[in-house]
Amino acid sequence: MIIAALAGNPNCGKTTLFNELTGSKQHVGNWPGVTVEKKEGNYKKDNNISIVDLPGTYSLSPYSAEEEIARDYIINSKPNVVVNIVDATSIERNLYLTMQIAQTGTPMVVALNMMDEVESMGIDINTNKLSEMLGVPVVPIVARSGKGIEKLMAVTKDTAQRGIATLKQDVYDKIKNIEENKNDEEADILAADMRYEYIDKVVDSSVFKPQIKKLTTSDKIDQIVTNKVLSLPIFAVVMYMLFACTFSENFLFIEGLPSPGVWLAGVVESLWGSLTGVVDAALVSAGVSDWLHNLVIDGIMAGVGAVFGFIPLVLVLFVLMSFLEDSGYMARVAFVMDRIFRKFGLSGKSFIPLLMGFGCSVPALTASRTLESDKDRKITMMVTPFMSCGAKLPIYLMFVATLFADSNRTAIIFSIYALGMVMAVIGSLLLNKFMFKAENSGFIMELPKYRIPSLKSVGIHAWEKVKGFAIKAGTIILFSTILIWFLSNFNMSGMCDMEESFLAIIGNSIAWIFAPLGFNDWRASVGVVTGWIAKENIVATFGQLFAGVTDEAVLEAVMAGEQGLPAIGDVFTKVSAFSYMAFNLLCMPCFAAVGAMRREFGSMKWTLKAIAFQMVVAYVVALIINVVGNIIF
Amino acid sequence: MDLLSLKDGESKKVVGINAEYAMKKRLIDMGITRGTVITKVKTAPLGDPIEIKLRGYDLTLRKDEAAKITVE
Ligand SMILES: Nc1nc2c(ncn2[C@@H]2O[C@H](COP(=O)(O)OP(=O)(O)OP(=O)(O)O)[C@@H](O)[C@H]2O)c(=O)[nH]1
Ligand SMILES: [Mg+2]
Repeated sequence: MIIAALAGNPNCGKTTLFNELTGSKQHVGNWPGVTVEKKEGNYKKDNNISIVDLPGTYSLSPYSAEEEIARDYIINSKPNVVVNIVDATSIERNLYLTMQIAQTGTPMVVALNMMDEVESMGIDINTNKLSEMLGVPVVPIVARSGKGIEKLMAVTKDTAQRGIATLKQDVYDKIKNIEENKNDEEADILAADMRYEYIDKVVDSSVFKPQIKKLTTSDKIDQIVTNKVLSLPIFAVVMYMLFACTFSENFLFIEGLPSPGVWLAGVVESLWGSLTGVVDAALVSAGVSDWLHNLVIDGIMAGVGAVFGFIPLVLVLFVLMSFLEDSGYMARVAFVMDRIFRKFGLSGKSFIPLLMGFGCSVPALTASRTLESDKDRKITMMVTPFMSCGAKLPIYLMFVATLFADSNRTAIIFSIYALGMVMAVIGSLLLNKFMFKAENSGFIMELPKYRIPSLKSVGIHAWEKVKGFAIKAGTIILFSTILIWFLSNFNMSGMCDMEESFLAIIGNSIAWIFAPLGFNDWRASVGVVTGWIAKENIVATFGQLFAGVTDEAVLEAVMAGEQGLPAIGDVFTKVSAFSYMAFNLLCMPCFAAVGAMRREFGSMKWTLKAIAFQMVVAYVVALIINVVGNIIF
Repeated sequence: MDLLSLKDGESKKVVGINAEYAMKKRLIDMGITRGTVITKVKTAPLGDPIEIKLRGYDLTLRKDEAAKITVE
């Protein structure tokens, strides 16, 4: 078995090559302890070659979790061979990593990628000369079309089997000696300088650039896209389209036209609905007992349905995100938004997950994958659910129609949304300060060239995402749905109404916890719990428990804020209603979002930390609202 | 003179970097070594960060960092 590690700068085409090499036979997960993607797979034409896609890195000096992984992997796990992918369009910077890898003494091959672009830029690279000066084999490839890949793999296999590191040991040893003998900061910097000096020599004798410098297509696009005047309007349009394509019910402002995301979700939902109907009829005709019928329909079918229901949103958003990412626009999002978001201790790219959070936290959380730093990614995920999602709106509408009929309803609802945004900012500042001990790592980011994304890689990405979500998140969603179903339908003597269920007992025994928040009532506590299946469930739960309403039509009117539920006025005041809304906005999101967090964090520990953080924030904020509110009103 | 004082489109050679070790190393790893020609491309629409071109690629960094890079 030969283990070949793919290493290279970010955006050099590693993933494209990896997909080309492994086809669909790949395992995607996270590296232990960090939310950085780990991919492994076998070469599709030779199962004896196993390929590991390392995180993109500019250097082997560890500045970030990604770089540490790549470095530790090459140095400690000792792959048989490193395939170093070099983006030939920015060869000087790419060769820096090449020299660092060569210095480790691991057998390596340089895959000189993007040769198609190099040719169209009129640049000529003498690969023999390059190979001679670097002391390692160099194979020109076009990862995107697969050109040169068989040759690359033949050379890779040969290099691994012969196990030779480099033929230019003297060059690398000289640098290594400086680093190791002095081993101080100055020596490190001297060594880095020496690498670039050597690279300049290599490039001078093997790369021939045309004399006349003309603007590349990418430069021309950038003149428009990050232009002083146009960049913000363009940004707004792109972000609007991203949101609208995923969530809009009136797409492109056309009344009743569903966006691709909404349309697909509708199709899946109605298919699932018919399937549930068929299963329902079959169970009835088979004459199964009540509880089994109920378990299958309200527990299992509803749970699996919830997983399927989110897949279209995850899929559509992810296809769009891959487009933004692969085209190079995502880096410009960070360029444009950095000034604002760094004040909150986040990255400009956090804008996208946070914006998507207003639609639904599930796809929003998966969108956090585009953030480079592990810290930014984790903090963004922890605060994204504070953005009030679509499912929370019915709760506000119910309270507003019931208790705030005489106030400015819009202002009340707007203030809840604003509260979520403010808490996201405060939350991320606190997390930066206390949980991550923010080291200011600066903001030094490459702006990659604009490229037309390849449909194949967008497709593979989206498929991975959906699969990962269905498996990892799906398990959590399914089990918790069944658990809550059980708790709300049973007590010690068997099946019962919700009023007598375990859940009611639990509600009764935990209600005191919420007394300081203003709602010491078992039904309110039960609402919090059923809200974790889906936040809008709170309305149905309240309808049933406070007023005995189970009629769909009435519940829908309540959800739309057209009708109030006067009975909740016996328990809630304006202040405690606001506190309850705030609590449900900020506390643990629905299980689907928890599943998405679990999938993205790649660790249960971090998922639980995030939930604990959200619960504490929710409690404290609701407490403040109740105490301060009661003083003022 | 530091990198910040370049006008859009202007190019200068790097003389040195006055930053603490980690930042300095990072900038050098990205190719900002003595003698490298850097072109300032533009400033972001909100006034920070800036975009520069060097060694055939584009890089963005904040003004705080750009101010630490001295040019001829
Ligand atoms: N023209 C051209 N484009 C390519 C080639 N290989 C990759 N690309 C494009 O380059 C961009 C980056 O490729 P990726 O495979 O995502 O790069 P990566 O190294 O995995 O990037 P990170 O995961 O961000 O580190 C994508 O838009 C690809 O379609 C190539 O040989 N020619
Ligand atoms: Mg990649």
